Amino acid sequence: MAYMSCKGLSLGYDGKKIASHINFEINKGDYLCIVGENGAGKSTLIKTLLHLQDAIEGEIITGDGFKAYEMGYLPQQTMVQKDFPATVWEVVLSGNIAHMGKKPFYGKKEKQLAEEKLKELGMWEFRKKCYRNLSGGQQQRTLLARALCATTKIILLDEPVTGLDPKVTAAFYELINKLNKNGITVIMVSHDLQALSYASHILHITRDESFFGTKKQYMKQEIAKQFLSLGGEKKWQIL
Amino acid sequence: MANIIRQLQFYLTYPFVQYALIVGVLIAFCSSLLGVTLVLKRFSFIGDGLSHVAFGAMAVATLFKLTNNTLFIMPVTIAAAILLLRTGQNTKLKGDAAIAMLSVGALAIGYLVLNIFSTSANVSGDVCSTLFGSTSILTLTNDEVKLCISMSIVVVAFFCVFYNRIFTVTFDENFTKATGKYVAFYNLMIAIITAVIIVLAMNLVGSLLITALLIFPALSAMRIMYSFKGVVIYSAILSVMGALVGMLISILFSTPVGSTIVAIDILIFLMNCLMGKLMRR
Repeated sequence: MAYMSCKGLSLGYDGKKIASHINFEINKGDYLCIVGENGAGKSTLIKTLLHLQDAIEGEIITGDGFKAYEMGYLPQQTMVQKDFPATVWEVVLSGNIAHMGKKPFYGKKEKQLAEEKLKELGMWEFRKKCYRNLSGGQQQRTLLARALCATTKIILLDEPVTGLDPKVTAAFYELINKLNKNGITVIMVSHDLQALSYASHILHITRDESFFGTKKQYMKQEIAKQFLSLGGEKKWQIL
Repeated sequence: MANIIRQLQFYLTYPFVQYALIVGVLIAFCSSLLGVTLVLKRFSFIGDGLSHVAFGAMAVATLFKLTNNTLFIMPVTIAAAILLLRTGQNTKLKGDAAIAMLSVGALAIGYLVLNIFSTSANVSGDVCSTLFGSTSILTLTNDEVKLCISMSIVVVAFFCVFYNRIFTVTFDENFTKATGKYVAFYNLMIAIITAVIIVLAMNLVGSLLITALLIFPALSAMRIMYSFKGVVIYSAILSVMGALVGMLISILFSTPVGSTIVAIDILIFLMNCLMGKLMRR
């Protein structure tokens, strides 16, 4: 059984549909890339998957030991966070909130997990640094560490490389790929065609006919050729 | 100098001065704890709006000649806090516009009511003292002091127990929601506690100046501190210091309590700005 399968999902706000007939499933170890034009409903899909809003139609079924609210979320940065006084350690530790139940304070277990994730992502030496003074790539690693504290199963990344320079972007994708190889399921929303190169599955959202399949299947689709050609010949070859 | 100390010692023997100092310090402490969250969540104006609502409620309460005004003002302000939070999430009426509407509305109605139905000969004097604080901090009854102490304990206890949750909600609401936590509950609690503190603080600095008590310590602390815990602790220290020094000055030189405290807070803010600039060099 799949971690999560979505059947006949329709998304939108206030009863107004912006995308419908979305069908896909995510299995353990998958690397799903969600693409689509601006306004196609990518952000809405994310909010729906995170239970921040309800789907208009259709259902999301979880299974294989994965429960709702077990997703580690790496959001797009908000203005509030840009000047928030908090250390890297405080931010990463806060990811533990996901599995603490009613316990009010962090214990040894939570601190160990945070330390482990920080070391894994190469951010341990920055733990006492202020989050707002970090570079864009370091901030994303911090948020990634927090997401990993919240989950062991699926991480969901919402346009994680926005505003990063090409070198940092490449390193970040490499890191995500490594995590995926180590067994974490990845769902990534991206504008960036480079992201597709690591993906195992693609979900392309359009208004009424969304495509879902493996990357190989996707490449044969007309919709893929149209979408990818926007990036020019060179981008096409990366894949 | 020795003269001033002798004078202070003389004043401090009076119980009403002791009460005022205790209440002032407690209110300053609680408001600084909450202020950090309000500032970081971009909720500073909720404090402002609520204080005006509290003023309106006060005016209506005097109209009914209730024995204990707080019993009326508190529920009204809490209701307004809940209302403001709800409209903030409603896209039709934007949060800031709703706050502005409610705050000037309450101010106008409050003044109107005081003016039309007032029995006192000095209406503008009454209004002025409710808006900018008055000597009412020196006329606190034993019950009011007890109420203030118990409310402060509740606020501090809430803040300590939910400290980690408050941090997560403040830093990233969506992330917290995605972990299945009831963010709405924490937002509601923060709004209610803000309302409670504002009603308590009305005695100290008056309803127009409460926002200063909420935001100045937090903003000052944020100039220098870079961890959340640091900001919370430092802003509490600054706030208590500011309130204490302000009250002592106002007792010694008989200046208005509220504006003296706020003036000291401004001074503290400027000093921290300067220190922050120097440290970053």
